[in-house]
Amino acid sequence: MAGRDIAIIGIGIHPFGRVEGQTGMEQGVVAARRAMADAGVTWDKIQFAFGGSLDGGSPDTMVRFLGLTGIPFTNVVNACATGGSALFGAYTTINSGAWDLGIVIGFDKHPRGAFAVDVTRQGIGSWYGETGLAINPQFFGMKINKYMHDYGISLDTLVKVAVKNFKNGAMNPNAWRKRALTYEEIANSQMVCYPLRQYMICSPGQGAIALVVCSAKEARKYTTKPIYLRADAFRTRRFGSFEVLSPSQPLRFTPGPTVEAAKAAFEMAGIGPEDIDIAQLQDTEVGAEVMHMAETGLCKHGEQEALIQAGETEINGKLPVNTDGGIMASGEPVGASGLRQIYEICLQLRGDAGQRQVPKPVKTGFTQVYGAPGVSCCTVLAK
Amino acid sequence: MTAKGPQKKQFPIQEGLFTWPSDHPQLIGSKCKKCGEVAFPAQKGCPACTGAEVENILLSTRGTLWTWTIQAFRPPSPPYTGPDTPDNFVPYGLGYVELPEGVRVESRLTENNPAKLKFGMEMELVIEKFKEDKDGNELMTFAFKPVGK
Repeated sequence: MAGRDIAIIGIGIHPFGRVEGQTGMEQGVVAARRAMADAGVTWDKIQFAFGGSLDGGSPDTMVRFLGLTGIPFTNVVNACATGGSALFGAYTTINSGAWDLGIVIGFDKHPRGAFAVDVTRQGIGSWYGETGLAINPQFFGMKINKYMHDYGISLDTLVKVAVKNFKNGAMNPNAWRKRALTYEEIANSQMVCYPLRQYMICSPGQGAIALVVCSAKEARKYTTKPIYLRADAFRTRRFGSFEVLSPSQPLRFTPGPTVEAAKAAFEMAGIGPEDIDIAQLQDTEVGAEVMHMAETGLCKHGEQEALIQAGETEINGKLPVNTDGGIMASGEPVGASGLRQIYEICLQLRGDAGQRQVPKPVKTGFTQVYGAPGVSCCTVLAK
Repeated sequence: MTAKGPQKKQFPIQEGLFTWPSDHPQLIGSKCKKCGEVAFPAQKGCPACTGAEVENILLSTRGTLWTWTIQAFRPPSPPYTGPDTPDNFVPYGLGYVELPEGVRVESRLTENNPAKLKFGMEMELVIEKFKEDKDGNELMTFAFKPVGK
């Protein structure tokens, strides 16, 4: 796979707000049409598709709206890593030489409230959910609580990450939350799973993204601003990594799938974390953004405290993170989020991010998505 | 722990999680005969070495608190079946307790005040009532409480 870039030649989005009267799939169709228009292609030219959705229905049935052209259309579900693994499907398809032009569509529309997990579908007895242990934010609360203790990350830093993401979201016309919540509103919001409060954790949401992709050698036929997918690495957890929904953990420490996917992505691209100008990191909750900065190798464990306090992850900082507001501002439509990360990096690399455009020159971006029960996809994107 | 009177009984929320009825209840885990890794609840295979020879073991009742959080809202039902309502819900602590057998088990905690929970503190197993069934029998689950409380 190394050295075989594919190109993103069209991007499309359906805004990530609460919209009545439109299903998640209809939003997916909107995003797909916008991405094709951006690429200057029509559906009849698309040779394959990958679609990801958790609650929006089977993406392959979108062909009834887009056109019954007989193409292979694969459905993908990998919890919050769905978008990333859908793109991985396209990446490997083009690299195999089977097809040259395809589309990746991710969409979702979740009901309000916490994700209710049916642990019996993940091989865990029903007692676990019945006695109140199957709540995703519990894992995030426990993981960040320990991380703060071990590496000296302050609660103030976590709140500042939330402030940053809401502020960035307020400059994003496609975000769900468009008001920049204040530090006090965030720090005083309802406690969810200690130490995480309501405005420090994402909410399930809705929205859609589509990307038109082609083999790198064809890219210039379609656009003057192709963005190259220099690497796409997909990994799952090994024994001993601390993941969500685990009734027990061994004592041995094993790096999580994010660590392995990031390392593999950098190797594929032939670069190191120091070459990254801008990043999109999974901010399921603000502690996750902090921990993922180190798990991906973008900084060392513990360095986040000084970096964030100095504003280095702001739009005008040394390493802008989640310039569109991340999941915090966009909400979490599981099928779309991983693709939203790539959408924003493409905008930034094209110079089309408007008010959110980072002032320094950007050539290389990085995305990292993470989902239950321990799945991560990382990409390296370049002009 | 004493059983209730003859009309009402105490049942574990799930058979096989802990020894019950018992005056000294213990969690039931499994240990791999090949690599020695321990899991809870008891598994039929080993997720570490993929071996298929595991045996049940009783876990120590004392350990140390590895990490924790406080659940501050009533979990959605399903799957939560607690007897509380969103209005009378009381936050509960939960965390991972590291046991001498070489495993960290996830468990509810009896303490829900974050100021009173410390990393590494000594914890011990208790079996407590989770709810009653429709006949008034008690469904019991396991939790850990700070030693000395």
